Amino acid sequence: MADVIFRTQGITKVYDTGEVQVFALAGVDLELYKGELTVLLGPSGSGKSTLLNILGGLDHATDGRVWFEDTELTDLPDRGLTKYRRDHVGFVFQFYNLVPSLTARENVQLVTDVAPDPMPAEEALALVGLGKRMDHFPSEMSGGEQQRVAIARAIAKRPQILLCDEPTGALDSTTGVQVLEVLRDINERFGTTTVVITHNAEIQRMAHRVIFFQDGKISEVRTNETRLSPSEIVW
Amino acid sequence: MQAIDRKLLRDFKRLWIQAVAIALVLACGVAIMLTSVGMYNALSETRAAYYERNRFADVFAITTRAPRSLLPEIAHIDGVLGIEARISGEAILDIPGRNRTAVGHILSYPETADPVLNVPLLVSGRFPDPLSSGEAVVNAPFANANVLTEGDSFSANLRGRKRELTIVGTVLSPEFIYTIGPGAMMPDNSAFGVIWMPERAAAAAYDMTGAFNNISLSLAAGAQTPPVIDALDTLLEPFGGLGAYDRTTHQSDAFLDAEINQLKGMAAILPPIFFGISAFLVSMVMGRIISLERSEIGLLKAIGYSNTEICLHYLMLAGLIAVVGVGVGWLAGTWLARDTAAQYAEFFNFPYVIFRVSYWVYAASGLAGLLTTSLGAAHAALKAAKLAPAIAMQPPAPPRFKRSIIDEAMARMQLAQSTVMIFRSLLRWPLRSFLTSLGLAFAVASVIAATFINDALDEIVDLAFYQTNRQDAMLLFASDVPETAVEDVRHLPGVLQAESQQFHAAILRHGHLSKRAAVESRRPGNDLSRVLDAEGRLLDVPPGGLVLSERLAGHLEVQAGDSIEVEFLSGRRETFLLPVTALVELHFGLGAYMDFETMNAMFRQAPRVSTVNVTLDESQTEALHAAIKKTPRITGIVEMNENRRSFQDTIEQNIVVMNTIYIGIAVLITVGVTYNAARIQLSERARELASLRILGFGRGEVSYILMGEMMLIALIAQPFGWLIGAWIAQLMTNAFSSDLYAIPLVLKPATFTVASLVVLTAAFVSVMIVRRRLDGLDLVAVMKTRE
Ligand SMILES: Nc1ncnc2c1ncn2[C@@H]1O[C@H](COP(=O)(O)OP(=O)(O)OP(=O)(O)O)[C@@H](O)[C@H]1O
Ligand SMILES: [Mg+2]
Repeated sequence: MADVIFRTQGITKVYDTGEVQVFALAGVDLELYKGELTVLLGPSGSGKSTLLNILGGLDHATDGRVWFEDTELTDLPDRGLTKYRRDHVGFVFQFYNLVPSLTARENVQLVTDVAPDPMPAEEALALVGLGKRMDHFPSEMSGGEQQRVAIARAIAKRPQILLCDEPTGALDSTTGVQVLEVLRDINERFGTTTVVITHNAEIQRMAHRVIFFQDGKISEVRTNETRLSPSEIVW
Repeated sequence: MQAIDRKLLRDFKRLWIQAVAIALVLACGVAIMLTSVGMYNALSETRAAYYERNRFADVFAITTRAPRSLLPEIAHIDGVLGIEARISGEAILDIPGRNRTAVGHILSYPETADPVLNVPLLVSGRFPDPLSSGEAVVNAPFANANVLTEGDSFSANLRGRKRELTIVGTVLSPEFIYTIGPGAMMPDNSAFGVIWMPERAAAAAYDMTGAFNNISLSLAAGAQTPPVIDALDTLLEPFGGLGAYDRTTHQSDAFLDAEINQLKGMAAILPPIFFGISAFLVSMVMGRIISLERSEIGLLKAIGYSNTEICLHYLMLAGLIAVVGVGVGWLAGTWLARDTAAQYAEFFNFPYVIFRVSYWVYAASGLAGLLTTSLGAAHAALKAAKLAPAIAMQPPAPPRFKRSIIDEAMARMQLAQSTVMIFRSLLRWPLRSFLTSLGLAFAVASVIAATFINDALDEIVDLAFYQTNRQDAMLLFASDVPETAVEDVRHLPGVLQAESQQFHAAILRHGHLSKRAAVESRRPGNDLSRVLDAEGRLLDVPPGGLVLSERLAGHLEVQAGDSIEVEFLSGRRETFLLPVTALVELHFGLGAYMDFETMNAMFRQAPRVSTVNVTLDESQTEALHAAIKKTPRITGIVEMNENRRSFQDTIEQNIVVMNTIYIGIAVLITVGVTYNAARIQLSERARELASLRILGFGRGEVSYILMGEMMLIALIAQPFGWLIGAWIAQLMTNAFSSDLYAIPLVLKPATFTVASLVVLTAAFVSVMIVRRRLDGLDLVAVMKTRE
């Protein structure tokens, strides 16, 4: 796992809220490796989502540099970032973020319509175990099912990176485990570099590496010698 | 189909009532634009083509009798291209099977060559044999109205000699697109006809051999009209020239022009209002959609949709509304244009119908509709495009309420909490509240603009027919006759009262401004044709001065007290400097009045008579007409009762149609604005209102908050609507006024009341429809949704 896919150099993110400046990120140096499953842990407000958004090309860093493979993301204009997201990144968010007026299949097609080399929407849904519920609207599905649709949508483009911001945050433990199993399965089957943000310390045990955040900085990086499978994790 | 397009269609389906409400307002704009611009074009192009092909003249003049030897001199006037010298006259017609008389306008048809100008277009039959004395062609509408065809005969009283004329053909002429008899207010094709007789026969009848009394000129391209008119006047002066005039004073063309200008006015005023309102509605609804779909926009961006794609996505939603609106507008406009064209066909006599709205007008109105909605959606769509994805994924910051003086005031007044909520929400988006109010104000204005016409026309009818022109009929004479003619008229069967009138053609000048008008000399105490002052009191024209109608005074920019120059075109063609002693309000024509004695003294002549006004015993109508047919000097009769009736009929028909359309439009605007605003309110405040329900507020109390705000906005809109309505009414009276008639600005409280009632009712009904949604609100579901 020597291939570096992401490299950051002293990135900071400052929010100017008028009276005070909030340092969401205060100098982050980080390397992520190809095929790795990383868990980001840290207290609320420590800057995890901010980092993920910058890695995913959703947000600009205030300072510092970010490379994706050989491309420097911090150089790209909006248009370039859009293409980068379209071609390489899959996102999964805490609140599923499905389009309510589209069925599960159509929500996935939203991605397959624009991605350069997607898998069929049906295949993606089958991968997350939803082959039978493809024509249901989000309002007709449970939270876990909706999150799995969101994952199917994220992986349908065969992304090189999968960025998940609290994917289990809104789920109970059984459904949460199902979702994590899907993530690990994708990671292993396709070698997709996966970053998972969580508040749940137990989940770190399924990761290759765990990165701890504190006040906008990395406070610790830990490599797991042995990984647990999601079904062994309880919370 | 792409998934994102499917989302578009589903969004549209979900919003369809709102979308349709907007689309219909847009459709009104498109339909009116299609009709007004389309008809404007069709009418002006048809006229231009007709004038061109049939060589309608540019300058016209009437004389008493001028020798044909004058023609080469006239031809030498700089800028003159073609000349048509004719003999014209009026005649009482006796048509078999018709008890009443009809009036004929006789025109000579050249003997040796085809007419150079004002070429009649043969509809059926042939032109008269130049050598015959009894052959004639008539204008086709007259033939149709009297069921006359080739071979039929009628008799004409030509200067006291009865002539039997046989119709050999029917024609249409560019001079008579709008065909109206002398003194009449509405066209009546059965009572007025144009008759072309061979020149030789006409000359014999009117004693005009080697002479003419009617001349038309065409001008070279680029030639100036005024110098030609001046030169022609100079040449014709010794021969009783009554002053040359150009097309703007030509009766048929002036009427057409008035109609064309009305269309232009309509095209300029109405469509922009509708487009403006629909743009506002689109922007309001789109703004709401964008803020509702914030996180979806963030998601689409995260997935890799570009800003342009997202911008287009939302523009296309507006585009769908435009497509529906333009489609409906085209359908309605096509129908409306066809209806208008049918009306024109009835009023105007064109030989060919080019009343087709051309394709470019469809394209232009469609484009205008599309542009309008895009413009309305642009702000929202750009906002969606600009939304930073990372921010879009976060819930929006809660709206900020600030305590203001108004809050203090409300606190002091100890208003109910729900009322405070209404005011606060109203003030939180002041611009939106204002625009919503403005939209409703336009709805009110639309009703006022349509219904004030009822009262205006009532006043016209009352003033023109009951206050000023109270005679049952007017008898017209070929030329001015001695006053004894009034005695003769008194002895005609059925005549109860008879009063004389005399008119003098004149040019009035004030500074560099001048205007042709007929100056009437009036006897004090005349009771049948009266002049009223601005307060509606009977006015006797003071000796020694002129009384002018307000519009004429406006043209000349004179006020009571100023002096103007009056050049009389008849008689000795003398010019006098006369003071203007008073102004009067008139709705038809450009009136100018002088005292009878003053006029006679000025002219140093015995009193003469141009027309006699009479009241009649209706039971003797037939006997009267029979007698008139035998009276040589009378060349026409204008039956005011008939005029009154047909004027009122026409008006009533049009008014019912117009009121229905405009009230419909007002309801559409109101529903479009109120329903959309209330739906947006509901979607924005669903959580807040549901929380109130959960806290124990009843359905009525909660809907009071929502409905109260909408109805308050509707109430605030009323005074603005009244103002805008009065303003549009003012614009319309200006746009519709011409030399021929004026529409007075009559604004009665009832007009405002009706407008407000229509709009408030429509607003209430729309809000009630939204209330049903509010009542059906699923409390649990609302509270569960994020945001
Ligand atoms: N748009 C914004 N404007 C101002 N401050 C912001 C904004 N977004 C984030 N922040 C601040 O930046 C800091 C980091 O936020 P971030 O969302 O990255 O934290 P997090 O680690 O993801 O927290 P959580 O676990 O609660 O999701 C926080 O202090 C937050 O208040
Ligand atoms: Mg976070």
